[in-house]
Amino acid sequence: MTRALPVLTITLALIIVWYAACIPMNAVLTTPKIAAAGGGFANTLAFSWNEVRPVLPSPHQVFREIWNTTAMVEPWAIKSLIYHLWVTLSSTLVGFVLGGLLGVILAIGIVHVGSLEKSLMPWVIASQTIPILAIAPMLIVVLGKTGLPDLITKASISAYLCFFPVTIGMVKGLRSPDVMQQDLMRTYNASASQTLWKLRLPASVPFLFASLKVSVAIALTGAIVAELPTGAVAGIGARLLNGSYYGNTLQIWAALFVAAFGAAALVWALGAAEALSLRRMGAKP
Amino acid sequence: MASGVISAENVGLIFQTGDGAVEALSKISLSVAEGEFVSLIGPSGCGKTTLLRSIANLEHPTSGKLMVNGLSAEQARLARAYGYVFQAPALLPWRTVEANVRLPLEIMGLDDIAGRVARNLALVNLKGFEKKFPWQLSGGMQQRVSIARALAFDPKLLLMDEPFGALDEIVRDKLNQQLLELWARTNKTIVFVTHSIPEAVFLSTKIVVMSPRPGRIIDVIDVGLPKNRNLDIRESPEFLKIAHRVREGLKAGHSYED
Repeated sequence: MTRALPVLTITLALIIVWYAACIPMNAVLTTPKIAAAGGGFANTLAFSWNEVRPVLPSPHQVFREIWNTTAMVEPWAIKSLIYHLWVTLSSTLVGFVLGGLLGVILAIGIVHVGSLEKSLMPWVIASQTIPILAIAPMLIVVLGKTGLPDLITKASISAYLCFFPVTIGMVKGLRSPDVMQQDLMRTYNASASQTLWKLRLPASVPFLFASLKVSVAIALTGAIVAELPTGAVAGIGARLLNGSYYGNTLQIWAALFVAAFGAAALVWALGAAEALSLRRMGAKP
Repeated sequence: MASGVISAENVGLIFQTGDGAVEALSKISLSVAEGEFVSLIGPSGCGKTTLLRSIANLEHPTSGKLMVNGLSAEQARLARAYGYVFQAPALLPWRTVEANVRLPLEIMGLDDIAGRVARNLALVNLKGFEKKFPWQLSGGMQQRVSIARALAFDPKLLLMDEPFGALDEIVRDKLNQQLLELWARTNKTIVFVTHSIPEAVFLSTKIVVMSPRPGRIIDVIDVGLPKNRNLDIRESPEFLKIAHRVREGLKAGHSYED
């Protein structure tokens, strides 16, 4: 309870600010209606918070929309946010795995081959300075021509974003064993691959999880961004785009929240995996 | 060719640092025979650790000739001729006690891993702690695990770099006693770096007194004490005489700077 209290306080404060903001944000639409109903504080609240096509929907409207598009429809219906979340999550996860593997492989290369650090690292960093919104359409057009499945095309954007934190974290992690531990391996005349498997990789596990938690969240962003230029009909990105075409703010907010819940679930799952593996590796409880 | 386990002739080592060359070792000549317990003693900066690391091929002398088991230091390292105990236990924190002792055996692909682990943990009196992780052990126990690990693949030569330096006096006395028993039982050749005079005299058959700038040997003392020693020997006149000679040697090495 003591741990939940600070979070709940902030949540409550945000909800209050949100409800308050609905009044001025929706004023353009609601002012005549409030006047027609005779004005007054009660009418102001009633109209501001229940506008059918609001500029800023109120929290309960958003949650009603989420409820209606998750619990009240078949999970695989085109209207279901669970279906759209699944479409986005599947390409997120594929991209996350691909990007994570690429990140680890690059880090292993950089740690073992001196020239790779000088030749590759600037490119690794430069790759992240290009706005993803600029590169996503090009990647998707190019990859689309190759006839790869849509899932892989979208996943490549996620992979492009999420290999970077893994590379940076793993380079640090693979170099984390101290001089004494490295000398120890030399006294055994251990090969580079033995040192990698028995010393460097286990030592880098805490670094790996820290990077993966960052990666998984941006992998989801990548998957959503990848859905925008493809004109995808399914996925959280498609819902966002569709909502903005038709000025349906409720749909946008509902999709945003579901995406946020999805990201939170992914980060939580990684945290659980981290706790489990660190416990198995004998970390102090 | 002498049959010595270690033979050094005029070994020198110069480190190139940012502000000029540092002569870490100068004209080191030393021979260690099989079954000896040799201590290297001296103040910090005298090159005792550098000499030990050179024997282990972790540092590379720039002049002279250094042989281990009749091979060059590098060949000896590649042949896994020695076990090395560092100043700190340097255990892998994600491995249990037995998995830490198993590490060199896995790397070297030796057989009878379980038997070797059990024997060597028994040798350092750590039976019953196999499944513990390093952080669950005291500093002294951790260092004993690292000794068991160094002995696990049964090297004839044991190199120890101030292994008990970070431990308190009481634990250190006990481990010194255990180390002597272990040495008597296994017949290893041991080279032991320390800066404690009583420790050096108590343990050694031979004491090499070193002095800094440049790192060199200023005295080699043969300790005539019997092989079976207990801590009481430290009050005997012979013991005190040798300790006095070590102290005089250390003083002589220092006189030029004070």
